[in-house]
Amino acid sequence: MITIKNLHAKVGDSEILKGLDLEIKAGEVHAIMGPNGAGKSTLANTILGRSDYEVTEGSITFEGKDLLSLETYERVGEGIFLGFQYPVEIPGVSNLNFLRTALNSTRRYRGEEDMSAAEFMKIVRAKAKDLKMDPEMLKRFVNVGFSGGEKKRNETVQMAVLNPKFAVLDETDSGLDIDALRIVSDGINAQRRDDTAILMITHYQRLLDYVKPDVVHVMVDGRIVKSGGSELALELEEKGYADVA
Amino acid sequence: MAGTAEAKRQVAEATDEYKYGFVTDIESEFAPKGLNEDIVRFISAKKNDPEWLLDWRLKAYRAWLKMKNPVWANVEFPPIDFNDIYYYAAPKTADKPKSLDEVDPQLLETYKKLGIPLAEQEVLAGVEGARKIAVDAVFDSVSVATTFREELTKAGVIFMSISEAVQEHPELIKKYLGTVVPQRDNYFAALNCAVFSDGTFVYIPKGVRCPMELSTYFRINAENTGQFERTLIVADEGSYVSYLEGCTAPMRDENQLHAAVVEIVALGDAEVKYSTVQNWYPGDKDGKGGIYNFVTKRALCKGNNSKVSWTQVETGSAVTWKYPSCILMGDNSVGEFYSVAVTNNHQQADTGTKMIHMGKNTSSLIISKGISTGVSNQTYRGLVKVMPSADGVRNFTQCDSLLLSDTCGAHTVPYIEVKNPTAQIEHEATTSKISEDQLFYCLARGLGEEEAVAMIVNGFCKEVMQQLPMEFAVEAQKLLGISLEGSVG
Repeated sequence: MITIKNLHAKVGDSEILKGLDLEIKAGEVHAIMGPNGAGKSTLANTILGRSDYEVTEGSITFEGKDLLSLETYERVGEGIFLGFQYPVEIPGVSNLNFLRTALNSTRRYRGEEDMSAAEFMKIVRAKAKDLKMDPEMLKRFVNVGFSGGEKKRNETVQMAVLNPKFAVLDETDSGLDIDALRIVSDGINAQRRDDTAILMITHYQRLLDYVKPDVVHVMVDGRIVKSGGSELALELEEKGYADVA
Repeated sequence: MAGTAEAKRQVAEATDEYKYGFVTDIESEFAPKGLNEDIVRFISAKKNDPEWLLDWRLKAYRAWLKMKNPVWANVEFPPIDFNDIYYYAAPKTADKPKSLDEVDPQLLETYKKLGIPLAEQEVLAGVEGARKIAVDAVFDSVSVATTFREELTKAGVIFMSISEAVQEHPELIKKYLGTVVPQRDNYFAALNCAVFSDGTFVYIPKGVRCPMELSTYFRINAENTGQFERTLIVADEGSYVSYLEGCTAPMRDENQLHAAVVEIVALGDAEVKYSTVQNWYPGDKDGKGGIYNFVTKRALCKGNNSKVSWTQVETGSAVTWKYPSCILMGDNSVGEFYSVAVTNNHQQADTGTKMIHMGKNTSSLIISKGISTGVSNQTYRGLVKVMPSADGVRNFTQCDSLLLSDTCGAHTVPYIEVKNPTAQIEHEATTSKISEDQLFYCLARGLGEEEAVAMIVNGFCKEVMQQLPMEFAVEAQKLLGISLEGSVG
């Protein structure tokens, strides 16, 4: 589904990604682990095309399309989702309004009609219920006054409603207690299908207990240095990055 | 001529910069250009004024001659040549049509294009679930149609053009005209008193809750013509009315003057909600053309427990100079001011409010949201004044500015004068920019950049926008998006 070849990217003057290769097929869940500063979040932002991340070399191909030539909203329209490590607050904009605008923007990009308010409400309510989110939170301003766990749950609801082909989840497990982790994991597993792919960026093994990855990668200093099955995550947890890599 | 107008309209629509910039090709009757006592008499005669009103106009004109253009506002524009303006322009066919069927079809078409319903079965801008709204349509210097009159008359509500009211309800006009904004209040108010040609009069009788929203839609069409309208709203004891005001003008290279006066009188326990969506032509990207919007709006909360709430969304005009105010005379009376002002390109706005506390336990709330971009310049100017007699006054003021470019200016000038030690006055102000993180978060959810900015800005203005009646809020949200187009990057 997505193929990344020899990706180099820099922020300002410093090169963060230094020749990264990664291929994820439909139906697969991959996890990227690695020490702080390895470039994991940079990878996530670069896949989405954040403007202050400059790609200097290499390519990203998504379903045969050259992703690097597309604007961020076009990449989203193609079916890519980014779950944020630190979801942003937008005062004055309700969750519902935000999500409906987002959904209709991607539909329009794909040449589809806007979804009716009634149908949208039905879907959002169902997804919120699946993720045990209080329906009142849908009316609140985007992430304003949300706890860390509520923000991550909100990201997961957004993913469920937007229903992407490929989801990049940047430290979705950070800041979650055990109950919230389980609920968010259920949400990720629900998104796991034959026709979707998921890339999880995480520091810890514990998320992987709930969402079992097909492939685990170790990222160090802007490159993937080792890949393996889910047992690799356990090995990392035991020995640390330095020994494994 | 019509062809050019149509082409202009299409260009405007295609670029989506100012959708209302078309010209209606209609034969108009003008007063001779320029201003002197004869012109004042001409307008007065056209309006069939009673003697007292002509005298009142002449008095104002003579006072105006001795007054000076105010220079304290933080705006710059070349001196206005008051003799290069037409003070009266009326479509020839507009002579008091008795029913909508008699209104010139070209005028009906104009309002249709503007999304203003003049047929009573239509609703504003095709908004789903919209309620009935009565409309007074003012075209250049005259009112061309007023809808829902019968239904309103049944409720005892008077809603008509001020010219008609002068004829039909002279006692009310004589009693209230100029009692809130005195003739010599300021330069432009004095000018308005001398040459006002039309506007709206509203009277809500004792204890009546007006059965629908009332609105006036102002359209400047004719070239080199000033619009000087006069609105007078009287809410008798225990009554309630919500009134809306909208305005647009064609795209022209010359500046045009709009100098209006709005007076509101709220008697005991009465409540008036006054909402404006001001969308006069702002001029082009280089600052050429646009409306000079010099308006005096003031409410007198005369009775105890009365309340007046101003809500304004200001996106248009080349230069705006406007301070909707409340004189809180009655005990426990309440004044509110909710404002969103957007300036782009070369627009200049100096706007705010005055809350004058005279009665005991009066309170006021000021929420001002300024958004500036391009090379525009915006100033919030507000006065909170507490008189010695006013015990237990409370005021809360919040002024937030959002800057979208590095080349725009935002200024906050609050004046606070407190002459009673029991007053509680709070003032908060912030200045911010849209953060990169906010923008990227929206983009990463599939929004285009302009859509993202419009959404964040609408969120920033939420407290004000939610004060607007639903039909206007939808319109105003779209307008904010359009006004900010091309402002990103």
